[in-house]
Amino acid sequence: MNNIKSIRKDWDLIESLIKEKSRILDIGCGKGELIEQLEKNLKANIHGIEKNQGLASKAIAKGLNITHGDAEKDLSQYANQSFDYVILSQTLQAMMEPKKILKELLRVGSKAIVSFPNFGHWKIRLQLLLMGKMPITEGLPYSWYDTPNIHFFTLKDFENLCKEMNIAIEKSIGLTNKGKQFSIKSSLFPANIFTHEAIFLLSYKNFEPIKIKSTNKIFAKNSAIVN
Amino acid sequence: MSNFKIIKDKELDCNFVDFTNVDFKLESGYLLNNYRLAYKTFGTLNQNKTNAILICHALTGDQYVTGKNPITGRDGWWSRMVGPNKPIDTNKFFVICSNVLGGCAGSTGPKDKKDSNENIYGGEFPSITIKDIVDAQAKLLDALKIDQLFSVVGGSMGAMQALQWSIDFPNRIKSIIHIAGALKHSAQNIAFHEVGRQAIMNDSNWHKGNYSEEKTVPERGLSVARMIAHITYLSEDAMHRKFGRKLQSRDIISFGFDADFQIESYLRYQGRSFVERFDANSYLYLTRAMDYFDHSESYRKTLEFVNDSNNHINYLIISFTSDWLFPTRENKEIVKILNNLSKNVSFLEIETDKGHDSFLLDEPELDKVTKGFLESNYRKTNE
Repeated sequence: MNNIKSIRKDWDLIESLIKEKSRILDIGCGKGELIEQLEKNLKANIHGIEKNQGLASKAIAKGLNITHGDAEKDLSQYANQSFDYVILSQTLQAMMEPKKILKELLRVGSKAIVSFPNFGHWKIRLQLLLMGKMPITEGLPYSWYDTPNIHFFTLKDFENLCKEMNIAIEKSIGLTNKGKQFSIKSSLFPANIFTHEAIFLLSYKNFEPIKIKSTNKIFAKNSAIVN
Repeated sequence: MSNFKIIKDKELDCNFVDFTNVDFKLESGYLLNNYRLAYKTFGTLNQNKTNAILICHALTGDQYVTGKNPITGRDGWWSRMVGPNKPIDTNKFFVICSNVLGGCAGSTGPKDKKDSNENIYGGEFPSITIKDIVDAQAKLLDALKIDQLFSVVGGSMGAMQALQWSIDFPNRIKSIIHIAGALKHSAQNIAFHEVGRQAIMNDSNWHKGNYSEEKTVPERGLSVARMIAHITYLSEDAMHRKFGRKLQSRDIISFGFDADFQIESYLRYQGRSFVERFDANSYLYLTRAMDYFDHSESYRKTLEFVNDSNNHINYLIISFTSDWLFPTRENKEIVKILNNLSKNVSFLEIETDKGHDSFLLDEPELDKVTKGFLESNYRKTNE
């Protein structure tokens, strides 16, 4: 219940970061609910990737454009800068190679929207400190031995990785465990303690994708050079 | 406008469209002056003609996609999928299915008479390609006065035709469902076809394809060809599940070469019954058409530079995990190119142990996704 509510909240925030009529890639799109929401509200053109056959099949049956597959392998098939936004909602911590994925997101899209549960939240810190056991919370509800989440990281870890990769954080929104929303950058509180879930809008620093306006398609594709 | 006539055939329970003096140019350069296509339609074409779906049959299929097949007396080859309230719902869609050019269920093929004389084509039938088959289907649509198809659907050789449609006539289609196909016929697939053809051509009854003059049929060769092909349509797991090492009508092995095992008996039966309904020369020509199918070098360039009107097409590519004839890898080649060029593509790999034949068998996920894809896209495009 709580989880569904927080996912919806997550989606509304994601929607608020996106311009109308954009071209979007939603990684781990499930049955395509977020795609439907964005199609409807933003008139966006959206493609999804989903690993689970049953979910992918349901999304395709709705008439959405879905590639059934593993984003860690299949992202490579998309052309450079072929999307305005690439969304990775609540999945970075489940990826084999989060760093490589981040790089791919910003190769394929001009902007990336990444949301994740913050392992630095006070509840988690407290559980580990007091009980000495791997924490279990609403956002991270699994036991350590059967969790799909294989890379735990905190807000600070993520910000450091962005810095290291020369990725600019255009916007960062935090949600407390009560669902209260705040801007991470201008927060008066120590954000790494109160952020239960974080949503980032990312792009490359000083990076202007080369977009040659031409009616001829030859030059319109693959023209952005990303390191 | 080409010269054609539509004839209803009661006995064969289908229609023929006869094209005369049309100089239909085949990919090989051969001019086919007259030809006939046998076809069937199901459901009703709506007023705006927006609900037509062409179903393309596989290597040994025919126009009897659903309903009774008057030749075999059995249900149509995809009656599970097509019909009223079925996944491809003939209450909503107008379904057309034609026997391919070069086939043997009524369309012009090697067993027919050549122009203006009584000789049978036999081994002198011109070489046919998938492109020729699709070109001929497009002429059928002209005859039926249908400008644009809502969808072209096919599995295996039918998938090749669906893909060919999207390449040659992008303006005439709105979507394709490509099931268990590939951009090209692989070396392994050509190899299996070649073994089948050798079996036919080495049958002393074949007479270089002119067996009808000799009043013989290369039965043994054709049935061996079918047996080999049938193995490639299954998977090891499915074969094991169905037959294992079970013995056929006996408790102990015979120490001879009878069909001791159920799998042997099954294959022999498949071979025997195939001979009754299929022409050996058609088998040669159509397997060749599949072998010649190859868009691996050209597909990307065609989409990018040649046909400029494929952005509206909704592509659905489906593969099966246990299909080793047209494996997921081969189907995904198409998806990769379409995704790379930002086309409207969906891809689904269905988990099953039934092998290449899965598309003809009870596979609920295939039914659901086919129905959903067709109906939701139909709603979207006609809103």
